[in-house]
Amino acid sequence: MTPTVSSARLDDYRQVAPRGAVDLLLRLGERLKGRRLVNVSGSRYRGLTSEVLNRLVPILNDLGIDASWEVTIGNSDFEGITRTVGRALTGTEQVITDAMVGRLRDVCAENARRLRLDADLVMVHDEAPLLLVESRAGESRWLWRCHDDLSSPQPQLWNVLRPVAQRYDAVIFSDARFAAPLSVPRFVIYPSVDPLSERNRDMGRAEQAQHLDRLHVPRDKPFLLQVGPFRRSHDPLGVINAYRLVKKHHDVRLVLAGPAPGGGGDVLAEIQEAAGHDPDMRVLVLPPDPQTEMNALERGAAIVIHKPLAVGFGIDVAAAMWKGKPVVGSLAGGIPNQVVFGVTGYTVETVEGAAFRIRHLLGNPELIGRMGAAGREHIRRNFLITRHLGDYLALLALLTK
Amino acid sequence: MTAEPFVFHGCVDLKEMLPYEARDVRELLEMVARVPIESLFCHTAAALLHRSALPTGYPNDFAHWTGLAMGDQRLAERLAAIDPFESRSLEQMREELVATISDHLQHFPAAAPAARAEPFRFFQAHLVPIPTGHQARTLREFRDALAEVDLSALFFHLIEARYRLSRGRGDFAEWVAAALERPDVAERLAAIDPYSGSLERIRGRHLTVLTAALDEGSP
Repeated sequence: MTPTVSSARLDDYRQVAPRGAVDLLLRLGERLKGRRLVNVSGSRYRGLTSEVLNRLVPILNDLGIDASWEVTIGNSDFEGITRTVGRALTGTEQVITDAMVGRLRDVCAENARRLRLDADLVMVHDEAPLLLVESRAGESRWLWRCHDDLSSPQPQLWNVLRPVAQRYDAVIFSDARFAAPLSVPRFVIYPSVDPLSERNRDMGRAEQAQHLDRLHVPRDKPFLLQVGPFRRSHDPLGVINAYRLVKKHHDVRLVLAGPAPGGGGDVLAEIQEAAGHDPDMRVLVLPPDPQTEMNALERGAAIVIHKPLAVGFGIDVAAAMWKGKPVVGSLAGGIPNQVVFGVTGYTVETVEGAAFRIRHLLGNPELIGRMGAAGREHIRRNFLITRHLGDYLALLALLTK
Repeated sequence: MTAEPFVFHGCVDLKEMLPYEARDVRELLEMVARVPIESLFCHTAAALLHRSALPTGYPNDFAHWTGLAMGDQRLAERLAAIDPFESRSLEQMREELVATISDHLQHFPAAAPAARAEPFRFFQAHLVPIPTGHQARTLREFRDALAEVDLSALFFHLIEARYRLSRGRGDFAEWVAAALERPDVAERLAAIDPYSGSLERIRGRHLTVLTAALDEGSP
């Protein structure tokens, strides 16, 4: 099945992309007109892959590339296995049996028979459809687009899957730090943000104010913001401690916003307990798909904090920088690739480091504006979806004839 | 006179990770001596393609990593001074890099890297040139197009052309001298240091020179 995709056109990005970039992409698209690119993912709705494909596939078609997006189908046990495999590949020890790997293999073989995979380039996203490559045939070139951190996969599983990954013509990682050693070429393509999405579109002050009022975020003093899941891995308690150190010197608020936690929401209870004693702390459990709310919060914040202890690429950092906010972030995942230390914000290792940098920014408000503006330009050049599109076109140009 | 038009090309690039990395300065020396020459291009001149303003201002990845990850400012400064445009070839630049690191290690043994220092990972860039659709026949058209093209065109005509395609002083100066017969303007363009600052800044310097030439009465 081919999912419904967005109707964005490349021309719409002229107002936000770097000068001349859209023209360059149009020219490259002309050169590659008619080539067929098939993307395959394990879900049409979940995660970063779906967000990106939802935007890129229609733009590629708009350029004359014959681009499609296929989704593998498996029943609930298959989905459970792929989640377990995903955790094991990113280094969390799991119990993986031969039968589970066999099930992955069988489902991918079934999907290979069903899906339309005849193309110049077949790009397989993430782990669910990984074993599709065992059914590759014909002249197509095959790429595995791995979004996860594969730097320390569970060895027994990786011993099985590495030969599979090496049946691809190349593997693409989101960050050099995530790459596993492989005998095939390894490319690095950073994720991107879509400046025209609901999460990132321009939003006037009046609309921002309306959303902040609805979320009960007072606008009478500057606020620090962390957006992210209420999980220990995102260190919300560390952020609260940093805020308390800052609060001794600056009259600010802290807003912690994230989706409702699934099972084991004990951290949220601890956060709410801490916030209960401080009228300047707001804990917002956001509604499902809170793109508009996150947009308004990031635009309203003085400084955005991203202090996960472990994270994938952490593209939320780029989303905040696109809104002209300096980011104080941890060194986890891809955050150091997004935050240019001392230019667009700071990367820190400790609670004290976060507090120190935030105090420094609040004490030098001209820096907040300067770093925010530098951050927006950094994202414009390196992390917008237009750059991502150029990367995919370059893959088509280099790997297919 | 009808000048041969200048056809602006931009480029997109893909970064390929190579199976080489260095965890300290001694390993950096070993790897710089053996990685494919394309990788040295990627980490020196080609580093400009995606570089935003960096607070250290080091113009190549080797100096940047040595200074920040290794905390060796002395070596970082010496590596920063190696200018690929003054080297006659990439192999000569490799020799300069090797000689500089070797000499440094003779006087200052490699310090242990900081606890969380990232290794230096070697890459190779694959470039896809693309005509931008902009052409120029006069200095004014050239200046106006240069102000509009994607920044990668600056990279392609100044860095790629000089460095990998061995096209003299870069395509801009060569065309202005040959097609427009303006060696004076060509000389001023060629004098712009392409190895410092960002591509946007380099564009700004070119536009300043071209605007001044137009103000002096060029067509």
